Amino acid sequence: MIEAAALTKFYGETRVVDRASLTLTTPGVTAIIGPNGAGKSTLLSMIARLLPIDEGRAFVDGLDVTRTKGADLARRISVLRQENGLLARLTVRDLIGFGRFPHSRGRLTAADHAKIDEALAFLELGPLAGRYLDELSGGQRQRAFVAMVLAQDTRAILLDEPLNNLDIRHAVSMMRLVRRAADELGKVVVVVLHDINFASAFADRVVAMRDGRIVADGPVEAVVTEAVIEAVFGLPVMVREIEGQRSCLFRR
Amino acid sequence: MAEIAGDRLPAAASRNEMRRPARSPRRTLALLALLALFCSALFMTLGAHGNWSFVLPFRAPKLAAMIVVGHAIALSTVVFQTLSGNRILTPSIMGFDTLYALIQTLIVFLAGTTFLAVSDPRLIFAAETVVMILFALGLYGSLLKGGARDLFRLLLVGVILGVLFRSLAGFLQRLIDPNAFVVLQDRLYASFNSIDTELLAIAFVAIGIVTLIFWRLLPLLDVLALGRDIATSLGVDPDRLTRVSLGLVAVLVSVSTALVGPVTFFGLLVASLAVALVGSRRHAETLAAASLIAVICLVGGQTILERVLGFDTALGIVIEFFGGVVFLAIVMRRGLT
Amino acid sequence: MSDRRLLSLGLLGLAVLFVAGLFVGAGKLSLAQVAGGGIDAETLRLLFVSRIPRTAAALLAGASLAVAGLLMQMLSSNRFVEPSTVGTSEAAGLGMVVVTMLFPGAPVFAKMLVASGFALAGTCVFVALIRRLRLKSGLLVPLVGLILAGIIQAMAHFLAYRADLLQSLGAWSSGDFSMVLRGRYELLWIGLVLCALALLAADRFTLAGLGRDVSVNLGLAYEKVVALGLVIVSLIAAVTVATIGTIPFVGLVVPNLVTTAMGDNGRRVIPFVAIAGAGLVLGCDLLGRSLRSPYEIPVGVIMGVAGAAIFLALIARGRPAHG
Repeated sequence: MIEAAALTKFYGETRVVDRASLTLTTPGVTAIIGPNGAGKSTLLSMIARLLPIDEGRAFVDGLDVTRTKGADLARRISVLRQENGLLARLTVRDLIGFGRFPHSRGRLTAADHAKIDEALAFLELGPLAGRYLDELSGGQRQRAFVAMVLAQDTRAILLDEPLNNLDIRHAVSMMRLVRRAADELGKVVVVVLHDINFASAFADRVVAMRDGRIVADGPVEAVVTEAVIEAVFGLPVMVREIEGQRSCLFRR
Repeated sequence: MAEIAGDRLPAAASRNEMRRPARSPRRTLALLALLALFCSALFMTLGAHGNWSFVLPFRAPKLAAMIVVGHAIALSTVVFQTLSGNRILTPSIMGFDTLYALIQTLIVFLAGTTFLAVSDPRLIFAAETVVMILFALGLYGSLLKGGARDLFRLLLVGVILGVLFRSLAGFLQRLIDPNAFVVLQDRLYASFNSIDTELLAIAFVAIGIVTLIFWRLLPLLDVLALGRDIATSLGVDPDRLTRVSLGLVAVLVSVSTALVGPVTFFGLLVASLAVALVGSRRHAETLAAASLIAVICLVGGQTILERVLGFDTALGIVIEFFGGVVFLAIVMRRGLT
Repeated sequence: MSDRRLLSLGLLGLAVLFVAGLFVGAGKLSLAQVAGGGIDAETLRLLFVSRIPRTAAALLAGASLAVAGLLMQMLSSNRFVEPSTVGTSEAAGLGMVVVTMLFPGAPVFAKMLVASGFALAGTCVFVALIRRLRLKSGLLVPLVGLILAGIIQAMAHFLAYRADLLQSLGAWSSGDFSMVLRGRYELLWIGLVLCALALLAADRFTLAGLGRDVSVNLGLAYEKVVALGLVIVSLIAAVTVATIGTIPFVGLVVPNLVTTAMGDNGRRVIPFVAIAGAGLVLGCDLLGRSLRSPYEIPVGVIMGVAGAAIFLALIARGRPAHG
C-alpha cells in the first residue's frame, strides 16, 4: 500500500527528515509521534507529494509518488493538512463533493452523490450539509474536511495533526471517527499526533520520530514505554496501564 | 498580529542601535546640513549663465517652497509616527494629503467658482486649513485611539481612504461646470511642476509657528514614544497630546499639499532614511535629520532631474516610485518575520 | 428562490438596463419615438454606431472585470484583491505606454497583446511577493498589491511623461465609455469568451481557492490552474485597459457581495458575478450619463467613489480575509 524508502528532506544543511523508511500494508491506525521539529509532518507531506522529496523514494500501490499523475494518486491516497479552507464560503456538501473530484473531474454522477451522502452520514454532518464552512465551529469544520477526504474514497488516508485547535471532547470524537474509518471501512490511516495518550488509546501502531529519524516503530505496547518515550521526547515519564489503556504521565 | 503591533518604536530603535555602533548624530546632522546647503547652492546657480537678475528671483521662491514643503512633510511624518507608535504609518499614506485635496475641491464646489476667483487665496487657504484640522481630528483621532493595534488593517484603511478622497475629489470636479473648472485646475493640481508660490509667505509663517510649538512638545513626544501606558504613568496625557499634535500635523499637511499637491510616499522615505542615519533615540535629532534629508531629496533631486538629466519636471513621479519601493520593502520585511 | 429563477431574474434586470442604456444620452432618442415609428436614418445610425456599442461595452467590461476579480481572489485565497489593486491593470497600462512609444502605429489588437504580456508579468510579480510572505495576514496581501500597483503606475507615469503620452495614459487608467463607437470596442468580446472559459474550469479554480495542499491532494495540477487563471485575469485586464480604460473595484466589490450571499463555489457563482458586474458597470455608466447631463461623469470616477466606500465597509465589517 504505502512504502517509503529512506526519505530525506533538507532545509538548508539540516536534514529535517533523515532516511525515514515506513511500510504500511494492512488496515488500521498508525500514529506518528515526536517532539516539535522531529519531521513528522514533513515525512507525511513527502509521502503525499505535497513536498518534493530530496532523497529516497515513496510508493503508493507500487506507484512512485513523484512520477505518477496527480489524479491517479488522488484515487489511492488522500491527505489532510492542518490549515485548510482559505476560501471558506462553500457549503459542507459542496466541499465534500470536491472529494469526488479525482473520480468525476467535477461532473458528479449518482454514484458520487451516494458517496457524498455516505460521508455526510458517517461524520454525522447531515443537518449541516447546507451550511457554509465559515458558519461552522472549528470542530465541525474539521469534520467537514475529514468527510471530504472520506468521500475521496482512497484506501490510504494521511491526517496531519487533525486534533489541532480541537477541545478534548472534539478531539476524542475525531479519534473515534478515525478508529471507525479503519475498523468499519478498512482504511489505512496515518495520523500525526502531538499527544502520546491519544496515540496509545486509538492507534494500532506507533511510529516515534526524533531529529528527522524514525527511532521506534511498533505496536503501542512496544513504543509507548518509559524508555522509548524518554528517549524520544527527552523527558522522564511514567507509563501506566489504567483499565487496559496505556497512559503516559509526566513527572513533577 | 499582536506581535506586529508590539513592535513599537522603542523596540525598533533598539534594534537599529544594535545593528550599528552609535555614530555621533551631531556629525551626521552637520554633514546633512552641508549637503543641503550644497544642493541649494547648485539649484540656484547651475546653468544660470550669468543671468542672475533673471534667474535668482525666478528660482528663489521655488527653492523656498521646496524647503518649506520638505520640512513640513518631514516634521508631520516623524510626529505622526510617534503618535501612532509605528514606523510605517505616515500622514500621506493614511490619506491626509488627499483629504486636503478633497477639501480644496469641496470648498470650490460649495462656494462656487466666482467666489473663489475674487477672494484672497490666503483667506481660502486659512479656511481650508481650519476644515482640515477639524476633519483630521474627527477621522484620524478615532482611528488612532489606543495606538495602532491592528497595523495592517489601519494601513489598508488609510490607503483606501486616500483612494476614496481622491475619487471623491475627482467626482466633485466633474460636477463643477467644466468651463469654470479649467480656471481652477492650477489651484487644484498643484505639483512640483507648478508650485503655488502665492501662498509662500503665509506658509512660512504657519510652518514657523508649528515648528516652534513642536519644539516645546518634543520632550513630551519622547515620553509618548515609550508607549501610552508609560507616558500616562509619567504624567503625560497621551490623548491630549495626540489631539494637539494631530491638529498641528493637519496644518503641516495643508501647507505642503497646498504648495505641491499630494505626495504619498515622500514622508515615509525621509523618515526611514533619518532613522537609519541617526537612530531614533531623540525626536530633536530624528526631526532635524528628516527635514534635512527631505530638503536634500527635493532640491537635489530637482537639480539633477532638471539641470543634469534635462527631465524637466518629473520629480514627483520619481519620488513616488522610490518611496513606493521603500514602503514595499518595509511591509514585506514585516510580513516575512 | 432557485438558482435558475434567480438567474433569469438577473438576466431580465440586465435587459431592462440595456434598453435604458439605449435611450439615455446627449443625442435625442426616446422610447416614444421608437414606438411611434418615428425613426429616421439619423436615429438609427445613433443607435447602431453609438448607443448599442456603448451599452454592450459596459456590459462586457463589467462582466469580465467582475469575473477577473473573482478568479484573482480564488487564486490568491484572499478576498481583498482584484486586477486594479494588485498591479495587473497598472501593468497593462504600462504595457500600452511602452508599445505606443516603440510602435505608435501598431494595431490596437497587437498593443492589447503586449499589454497582456505586461499584465501577466505584473501579476506574477504580485504572486511571487505574496508567496514569500510567511505571515499570512489577510490584510497584508491587498496592501502589498496596492503598493505594487502604485509603483508600476509611477513607472508608467514617468515613461508617459517622457513620451508625451500622459493623456493616453489617463484614458487607459480611468474607465470611460463616452468614446465607445462601433469598431472601437469589439475587443471586449474576448472578455466574454474568457468568462466562459473561467466557467468551464470553475471547479478547478474553486479547488485552487482551497489552497495548494487540498488541490494537490485531490489530484489537481495546481500550478497549471493558477497559471491559467492568471492568464485569464491578465487578458481581461489588458482588453479593458486597451479599449475603455480600467474601472477600479468592480472585481472587488461584486464578487464579495455575491459570494457573501451565495458562497464560493465557482460554478454556481460565476454566472451571477458576471451578471452583477455587468449590471453594476452599466448602471454606473447610466448614472454618469444622467447626473450632470449633458456633461458626463466617467464610469471610472463613479466606481472609484462607490468602490472605495464599499471596500472600506468590507474591511470594517471585518469578515475574515480568509477562513
